[in-house]
Amino acid sequence: MPSKEDLYQKFVEKAGLVSAKVTSIATEDDALKYVINLCDKKEACQLMISGCEADLSDKAEALCDAKQKKVIAAPGLNEDLYKKLAAQAKKAGFECISEGMRDHLAGVDIGFTFAEYGIADTGTLMLDCPGEEMRLATMVSEFHVCVLPKSKIKANTYAVEKMMLTRMKKTPDYLAFITGPSRTADIERVLALGVHGPLELHILILED
Amino acid sequence: MQKANDLKEYREELRETLGNDFLRTTLDNFAIAYRAGRANAFKDMDVRGLIKEIADSKDEAARNADALYREFKENAEAAGIHVHFAKDGDEANRIIAQIAKDANCKKIVKSKSMTAEETLLNHDLEDAGLEVTETDLGEWIIQLRHEGPSHMVMPAIHLSRFQVGDLFTEVTGKEQDSDIEKLVKVARRELRQKYVEADMGITGANFAIAETGSIGLVTNEGNARLVSTLPRVHVALMGIDKLLPTLHDALRILKVLPRNATGQAITSYVTWITGNNECLAAEDGRKEIHYVVLDNGRSELIKDPLFSQVNRCVRCGACANVCPVYRLVGGHKMGHIYIGAIGLILTYFFHGKDKAKNLVQNCINCEACKDVCAGGIDLPRLIKEIHARIQDEDGHPLPSFLLGKMLKNRKLFHTLLRTAKWGQKPVAEKDGFIRHLPMIFSKEHGFRALPTIAETPFRDWWKEKRPRVANPKYRVALFSGCVQDFVYPEQMQAAVDVFAANDVAMEFPEEQSCCGLPVQMMGETKASRDVAVQNLRAFEPEAYDYIVTLCASCAAHLKHNYPKLVMDKPAMKLRADAFAAKIIDYSSFVNDVLKVNAEDFRQTGEKATYHAPCHLCRGLDVHEAPRQLIEKSGMEYVECAEEEVCCGFGGTFSMKFPELSAELLKKKLDNVEATGADTLLTDCPGCIMQLRGGLKRRGSRVQVKHVAEVMSKNKK
Repeated sequence: MPSKEDLYQKFVEKAGLVSAKVTSIATEDDALKYVINLCDKKEACQLMISGCEADLSDKAEALCDAKQKKVIAAPGLNEDLYKKLAAQAKKAGFECISEGMRDHLAGVDIGFTFAEYGIADTGTLMLDCPGEEMRLATMVSEFHVCVLPKSKIKANTYAVEKMMLTRMKKTPDYLAFITGPSRTADIERVLALGVHGPLELHILILED
Repeated sequence: MQKANDLKEYREELRETLGNDFLRTTLDNFAIAYRAGRANAFKDMDVRGLIKEIADSKDEAARNADALYREFKENAEAAGIHVHFAKDGDEANRIIAQIAKDANCKKIVKSKSMTAEETLLNHDLEDAGLEVTETDLGEWIIQLRHEGPSHMVMPAIHLSRFQVGDLFTEVTGKEQDSDIEKLVKVARRELRQKYVEADMGITGANFAIAETGSIGLVTNEGNARLVSTLPRVHVALMGIDKLLPTLHDALRILKVLPRNATGQAITSYVTWITGNNECLAAEDGRKEIHYVVLDNGRSELIKDPLFSQVNRCVRCGACANVCPVYRLVGGHKMGHIYIGAIGLILTYFFHGKDKAKNLVQNCINCEACKDVCAGGIDLPRLIKEIHARIQDEDGHPLPSFLLGKMLKNRKLFHTLLRTAKWGQKPVAEKDGFIRHLPMIFSKEHGFRALPTIAETPFRDWWKEKRPRVANPKYRVALFSGCVQDFVYPEQMQAAVDVFAANDVAMEFPEEQSCCGLPVQMMGETKASRDVAVQNLRAFEPEAYDYIVTLCASCAAHLKHNYPKLVMDKPAMKLRADAFAAKIIDYSSFVNDVLKVNAEDFRQTGEKATYHAPCHLCRGLDVHEAPRQLIEKSGMEYVECAEEEVCCGFGGTFSMKFPELSAELLKKKLDNVEATGADTLLTDCPGCIMQLRGGLKRRGSRVQVKHVAEVMSKNKK
């Protein structure tokens, strides 16, 4: 039986191998600080709004113009935490949303979520997202920042099988294993990140 | 897609592809990177055990397909999903078009689905006035080019960044350069617009889980998550082969699928959908979800005692990744819609005999696909069986029919070989090669020189010179195979020399003939069975400790195929089992049984490299023995790149597809010459014929020998 520390080490190693950026944090407040910092440092919009060097068809350009300022999407946070995040975002000049993702399909800068479990042997996050807002926040965001409580790291997928089944039997349900950012190698087998989903995946491992 | 009407047209297509340097380089790089990536991904895992578990669980699922479908449907419907059954592709397409019509959908986004490729779904939907957009990058590219996928996992692997750049310039109406990062971003932004507009999303399914009525989707790009989230209607099209009893079965396959497909431990996204989950674009806030479960020949397939194992395929594409022929010609020529080894088989069952008849001949039988298959499917055997079935239906081509007739009559066959010895006199060189190719060969065969028939066949030499062993430690029977009997008897003689020196008593049953593999390869099942029976009658398995053969192909055929060939005759089957259990290849016998020592050989220190015959390394799972023998026999073993990749001989394959054989040989010889060794050793006379003939044509100084020959020569 691997110890909590072994699982943590393994998770960090495997997540790193698939280009996830892993950081340890002590409190939830650290997570908020991380998100605000990251949002502040990142370019206004790396992929979606005009200003990117690649020319687009007129229709796709139009979609990009829909986005005016930096957006943080954080559906599914508990109320207190969301309030704190929203306040900090406002101070920094970012828009913070917990719903209405469909109005932001041009892309949000950061999607901020909590994972249900981590799977050590592949560095995978397991997120249950029967709600649409959560799904979209983790997909249309350019950076996905996800908090994973250290105690929730399990050895492999078999170890989360029961939990998955419980959820799948209480339908409807939409479960996701997320391992690193969105990727493709469809052109000349050259790896490129962020093809449909996030360009970066940041995992914040919370000591608990 | 396969369009050729006959083998001649198919060969013409293959020749065209051979001229595509970009494709060749890409597939070469991929083949090499894949092998390393896969090995790394499976490091420290019991791959064989896992594959066995998957095979068992998929076999069980196939046996219970009807019950699984009922359970899956019941659970899915209870969770608010509509489940449809389609007996063939047309029906599936009609159902999906009707769903679109009923739900008033106009625009569709799709996530990659091989099953939708199989049914040519896009064409039917477009005919019904719907706009369909593929969202997987590779799939979108080939859709824009109006092509089919050339690989199951990387559909656009045949295209260069420049071709994609030009294509995107056309699509966006703005000049695009060929930088891959940028092209990917262009696709991201163009396709995002398509998701926004779509009212229907179509996906495939990697897993259909009966116990919950859920589906599982495996993607790297994440497009399946968007396709199944944004539009208000979601249709998932899946074959009945995707049905699994439990989530556990799916998680087990998930351990192998991405590792085998791309060398990834897991893909970026694995999505598990159960029930009509939330959709804010729908009036009632619930997604309208339909599962369309497709038969299209699958239920017939799983009833077939031999072909039911096809149901184990998890569509990882690994059989193409390791196929030396795919590597040369790419997926558009090595498949119809499904590509690679599994593609040749599925084409026959899903798309019919006419599409499959040429393709199935393009298997060199190297068994690389069988070795790597996530479901443990005996792909080469099934491909040969389809070839045989098609010939049984359509009639047998004259050459294979005649060869079958001839091999069945040992005396006639051997008389012909003896006659050929006289016939070749005018064209035979002193060095053991024929000066000009005989008339029956066209110029495409000029890539290698052919050997002459030996002056004295091994069987004649044996009668005169057989050694007497006074106090035998082992009693063995020798199986020579036709090439070592009539072309390279010196290899057998060398083995006899080493065996006698190690107190091995030998017999050479005179009634033995060709092992029958050539006719098996040509689809002459009946002749292959008759030859097997003849050989089984020639040997008394109980009388020997082992039956030794110096030919890896004979050994693998005798061991694995004989019992299968005579399966329906109980007494003969018992004999074949006993016979097969005694079969051993030369290297394993000398290294593992006789356990020869390095002290018994002169240490010359000459550099020797090795070619691993397909039927030795994969057919018999022998890897270390020959390499240890090379060292023991006093030579310095230098590893060759891609040592276990086929040399391109493949028996009758090299006669049928000389251009492909020549290319495979070229690669092999380039790797051999790069080692700097003067001697190339191997364990199969067929490989020796190919390698020696090719080196002779190159004017190379590298000498090719059977391992037995250097052991005899260096014996103290």
